[in-house]
Amino acid sequence: MSSASEARPVVEMRGITIEFPGVTALDGVDLTLRAGEVHTLMGENGAGKSTLIKALTGVYAIDDGSIVVEGTPRVFRGTADAQAAGISTVYQEVNLCTNLSVGENVMLGHEVRGPFGIDWAKTHRAAADHLENLGLALDTRSLLATHSIAVQQLVAISRAMVRDSHVLVLDEPTSSLDRGEVEQLFAVVRGLRDRGVAILFVTHFLDQVYEISDRLTVLRNGRLVGEYAIGELPRGELIAKMIGRELDELDALARSADRDIDRTGDPVIRADGIARRGVLEPADVEVFPGEVVGIAGLLGSGRTELVRLLYGADRADAGRVEVQGRAARIATPRHAIDRRIAFSSEDRRAEGIVGDLTVAENIVLGVQAKRGALRPMRGAERDALVADYIDALGVRPANPDALVRNLSGGNQQKVLLARWLATAPQLIILDEPTRGIDVGAKADIQRKVAELSAQGLAVVFISSELEEVIRIAQRIVVMRDRRKIGELASHDIDVDDLVAFIAEEHDTQGILESPENVA
Amino acid sequence: MKKVLTHRLVLPIAALIALVAVNTIARPSFVSVTVQNGQLYGPLIDILRNSAPLMLVSLGMMVVIATRGIDLSVGAIMAVSGAVALTIIDGSPTPDDLGTVLAAIGVAVLIGLLLGAWNGMLVALVGVQPIIATLVLMLAGRGVALLITGGFITTINSAPYKFMAQGYVIGLPFAFFVSVAAIVIVALVERRTALGMLTEAVGINPEASRLAGVRARGIIWGAYAASGLLAGLAGILYSSNTMAADSNAAGLYIELYAILAVVLGGTSLMGGKFTIAGTVIGVFTIETLRSTILFLGVPSAVAPLFLAIAVVIVVLIQSPRVRGIVTRVAQGMRGGTKAEVAR
Repeated sequence: MSSASEARPVVEMRGITIEFPGVTALDGVDLTLRAGEVHTLMGENGAGKSTLIKALTGVYAIDDGSIVVEGTPRVFRGTADAQAAGISTVYQEVNLCTNLSVGENVMLGHEVRGPFGIDWAKTHRAAADHLENLGLALDTRSLLATHSIAVQQLVAISRAMVRDSHVLVLDEPTSSLDRGEVEQLFAVVRGLRDRGVAILFVTHFLDQVYEISDRLTVLRNGRLVGEYAIGELPRGELIAKMIGRELDELDALARSADRDIDRTGDPVIRADGIARRGVLEPADVEVFPGEVVGIAGLLGSGRTELVRLLYGADRADAGRVEVQGRAARIATPRHAIDRRIAFSSEDRRAEGIVGDLTVAENIVLGVQAKRGALRPMRGAERDALVADYIDALGVRPANPDALVRNLSGGNQQKVLLARWLATAPQLIILDEPTRGIDVGAKADIQRKVAELSAQGLAVVFISSELEEVIRIAQRIVVMRDRRKIGELASHDIDVDDLVAFIAEEHDTQGILESPENVA
Repeated sequence: MKKVLTHRLVLPIAALIALVAVNTIARPSFVSVTVQNGQLYGPLIDILRNSAPLMLVSLGMMVVIATRGIDLSVGAIMAVSGAVALTIIDGSPTPDDLGTVLAAIGVAVLIGLLLGAWNGMLVALVGVQPIIATLVLMLAGRGVALLITGGFITTINSAPYKFMAQGYVIGLPFAFFVSVAAIVIVALVERRTALGMLTEAVGINPEASRLAGVRARGIIWGAYAASGLLAGLAGILYSSNTMAADSNAAGLYIELYAILAVVLGGTSLMGGKFTIAGTVIGVFTIETLRSTILFLGVPSAVAPLFLAIAVVIVVLIQSPRVRGIVTRVAQGMRGGTKAEVAR
């Protein structure tokens, strides 16, 4: 690694800041790519990885900071500018023309010309040379569509090399590849690295990070956490840096997880074998009054799918649901709302806020929808309700007439929480309510959840941050591969136990803990 | 002051004022109003009267556009409504009886409502794209109108019916009062109930609205039904003006002018926020523009070109990109250092 630190910087991004209305997506981030190094960009969803890549590849204009490529300061007004500066990108979704041949794809825009236009024989020969440089022996006249995604990705890389790129950005290239294909890709990447290309690699797979990287840059919530040589950052520390142990502030919160829950009466909701084909295997869930049930699992494990079925956002095709001990049909959100169930989606922008409406309108939307269009809330009643919730949740700016889209993510989330609490629910389902928001807003929301559940509100709480789940929920439902794999009581486990549980292969029957044992 | 200048109605109002000013300079008689038999006459009064059908149609169009939709069938609904009303009166032994006329108008407007409900059903229940769903009636409607009149242009003599478009009340055209009543009712229904806000929510973010429990289906359906009802009433005013049910000419291209009026007023075609005042200003702008073209003696075949040029100008002014370029050029002329010093 000692040679790596002396390597020549090819790209120096300094103090990169990108703001979207109301949100700072990147705040003074630095990134240095060196010749002959594989540099991996790490961070959770919403950390700013893709925004930073888009700044480097010219998709987004930067609001502040500088980009220096090969010692020359650059301003990218579009992707063409970035490519001209020698920066090429290979995306997860390959952007090539699958209806053209391999050779045509490799040489697109760089065809060899002869006296009578394009000389196809020479063009294909040139393509074959480029592919061979990467150790690939392909029939350049075969149709690209006939090759696997892995090969298509390699073709995309050769294409980048035709343009003589010094910098290659690989944005989650391995997410749809199998083990052997990943090996093949990595062999090519190592070859390029040894020829002095600077490579920026983005992935979610930790194993691959340690297999291929020379160096790491970690982002969190739009800020730079740090740059590390791979040897100086063990796996555990990397995860800690990504998740961020913002414990000073959050630890001050009382652990609501240790509260005892009375599970003798009827649960607020009980679902038996609720399922939807291709989406979720049959799962059982029950939530008692005053209880916070956490759902833990990786992205795509079925945790969001499960709560969408509970709320009727998607229709279940199997299973039965009881609300307060009585059978209930919940096929649409209206059915759920009529039974005083509330649901805040993980996708705040697309499924939560109504951006062009004001804070006040967003807050009253739930109540108003319930009352119907013809029974509007009168001025004073409405103003009082809005003011109460802005105050109780600490929405900033505390201006009921501000447009919601101009608020930060954390404040948008508070507005959504207010919308639902205003409908006086008996059960509230919160899917990733703290994703991508600052630590202060996180603490506010956690505090509110703990406070409301202590008053008897039933809560289902989903979060990728396992510490948060363990701190807030009394019971944790663990999901994997669209299946509920078990339930844990949170008072005697820590994050490592939970991670192990999520990761291990279990026999489903063996690990189920009954709620009685939990209490 | 800044708040006044950045208000979203500033541009539409400025455009209308500029247009009136140009007309007044070109012919001072434009703003003159004469009194005959206690009734007001003059170019401005004509605009108030002639704008009534477009006003009704545009109000309905605005609500439909707010739901992310579009209603291309309004002109055809006008033709059907006129045909229905005139056929009833024509077939009645007492065409001058007020009861007959009111019944004819009632039936015609009801049919407008039903046709709007049909559009709404296609869009809200079946899920057909609005432009396709209303295209069906746009094409078929005029055929239906011709079927009702038996392929002829039905003409009638009926004093009460004639009063709709040509009558006067306390010195002003009756049609103007119909316009005002429609504006007031739409404003009350949309802004004094929660309907306007829920409509905007559905238009801005349909999925978030669904998850929040908004009954989007009913709201969208209602918007098309309202548009149909208003178009039906507009058809009455149009046919009352000519006292003939001309199925091919009634409301021809009015859907395009209505869309234009809504957009000129500052409501986005992307749906969501809508402004009733803006739409009213948009309608008067278009009607003033038409009056200008008429006054300039532009051949009617060329008149659409003038409207098109006016539209291009307005759309350019409203485009954020063009505004950005203009701002940058203006800053450049004022000296590029200023912005840097400010930093």
